[in-house]
Amino acid sequence: MWKTILRRLLIMIPELIILSVLVFILSKQLPGDPFTGSINPKASMGQIHHLMKINGLYDPWYQQYWHWVVHLLHGDLGNSYEYQEPVTAIIGSRAINTFWLALLTMIMTYAIGLPMGLYAGRHEGKLQDALVRIYSYATMSVPFFVVLVIGCWIFGYGLNIFPTSGSVAPNATGFFPVLLSKFYHMILPATLGALFATSSITQYLRSGVIDAKNSNYVKTAQAKGVSMNNIYKHHIMRNAMLPIAAFAGYSITGLLGGSLFTEQIFSYPGMGLLFLNAVNFRDYTVMTALVLLYGFLSLLGTLLSDIALSIIDPRIRVE
Amino acid sequence: MQEVESKDINLKKLEAEAKANSTPSSFKLMFNEFKSDKMAMISLILVSLFILYVIIASFFINTSNMMSTNIMNYFAKPFTPDFWLGADAGGRSIAKQLIVGSRNSILIAIGLTAISSSVGIAYGLISGYFGGITDLAMQRVYDFMMIIPSFMIIIEIVNIIPSYNAISLTLILSMFYWMGTSRLIRAQTLSESNKDYVQASRASGTSTLKIIFKQIMPNVSSLIIVDTTISFAENIGVETGLSYLGFGLPMGTPSLGTLIANANDADNITTYWWTWLPATIEIIVLCLAISYIGAVLRRATNATQRRSTK
Repeated sequence: MWKTILRRLLIMIPELIILSVLVFILSKQLPGDPFTGSINPKASMGQIHHLMKINGLYDPWYQQYWHWVVHLLHGDLGNSYEYQEPVTAIIGSRAINTFWLALLTMIMTYAIGLPMGLYAGRHEGKLQDALVRIYSYATMSVPFFVVLVIGCWIFGYGLNIFPTSGSVAPNATGFFPVLLSKFYHMILPATLGALFATSSITQYLRSGVIDAKNSNYVKTAQAKGVSMNNIYKHHIMRNAMLPIAAFAGYSITGLLGGSLFTEQIFSYPGMGLLFLNAVNFRDYTVMTALVLLYGFLSLLGTLLSDIALSIIDPRIRVE
Repeated sequence: MQEVESKDINLKKLEAEAKANSTPSSFKLMFNEFKSDKMAMISLILVSLFILYVIIASFFINTSNMMSTNIMNYFAKPFTPDFWLGADAGGRSIAKQLIVGSRNSILIAIGLTAISSSVGIAYGLISGYFGGITDLAMQRVYDFMMIIPSFMIIIEIVNIIPSYNAISLTLILSMFYWMGTSRLIRAQTLSESNKDYVQASRASGTSTLKIIFKQIMPNVSSLIIVDTTISFAENIGVETGLSYLGFGLPMGTPSLGTLIANANDADNITTYWWTWLPATIEIIVLCLAISYIGAVLRRATNATQRRSTK
């Protein structure tokens, strides 16, 4: 057990190093430098070059990378060119919004996907199964952002039920009104995101249930006279659902990737929108920090899922 | 003399019988499946005709003329003889933009599918066939590609490259979308390479490349066809998504994504619905039709689900 976790952690280290090198090299290729925008416009090119020299921008790339990593490990990601504030403070204020939205989306995905998968597996080969399969196919094939645009148009602008921008109403005061308003702003994007992310959970759970249905322990329970409902509740569901629960970590990658679109369409002030704005304002320190953070979070999610799965199902441990 | 002749005839007859009784080729099966499913046939014909139409029709449209601003037609209403889908804030015809945009988006999706699927297939075949340390190393690369935030990195690369066009955009995108295919092909190759015909071929000294590409690949071809179709639907979403965010094709080149991006403007999304809704509906219908074709192809490869034999 511990060996597996340790091995998995050891695999993660080179991945993390390669990711940081990649992000660093990409950030160095971006046009522009950190001083031209923030300095007195009368400064000559010579002075800028001097500044760049004493800040180590002419050093070989591995030295610069080393400096960057050392700063990174001290929690210093530099200042934003646009806001003239530490990058960590800016991202920190936005990360919480993205976190709540992603969490709500994930909860709703499971709330919709699990019953559908169980239902389809239980009625394998019947009409119900076919309907769930058609739904899964349809939601998987349509691009996610197109659905968000349509949903925002129908429910946000057309029916005027849900807000179409921001994360909290400006006139909300007090703890509970703010909380409620935040939740209200997240419902539409989270529901739409969840409705179109269920297919993998549904299909996996469906095949899990079908496998479990034909297994010996179910036959034994049946022979003992346990009712079908009880078999589903106590035997099949538990066995089929554990691996699904462990999948949560893998879905982080998808949720973070989707945040770019969700936050753009609903003008939701999270990390995805921050990234898009940073690209438009050429705010490279923020861009670099966000790419690194997203990569790191995906890595962490995959790690947690791998470990959880190896605990649940010893057959798939990393060798 | 007579005996020989009758034997000959018998052989021919037997051969014909054996052919009739043998399982038909996967292409034949797929064709039969389409014949027995009207919806699939209609989808296939619709998608092919639509792709042909936008490619041919866009030859007759002068792009720079079309993209030039004409203030007289500011938000021209749809269903009028000159602008049957209306015009946008610059007075540019939506219908024409839709045709040229569809062509750009579809051609990029086709290119992306061709390149990324080829890479994925080769990667999966090699990784699955050799196994051992090769497989291990290749799977670590796969794991790494899965965790990197590809969309953000693509946006960064697009910002680094000073000038790019549809071809370089396709190449950039293909670096990040081969993983799904490679995973599928690898799993199938793993089970395929343990079969007797591969062992026998290896024992008789066939070269490795020949075994992989001439003997194993035909046996996973049905999987390749299904996967390529489904990736095509997904890849339409990739390019349009990137263009929607504003980092796809360069300014002045319409794409389905840039048309949908019209919806980012609050005025457009509420009042001037014709600027973005047609492109949105087109993408949904196109993706549904293509993935339905993929679903039918998948059904054809699975003997228990086939409709044509029932």
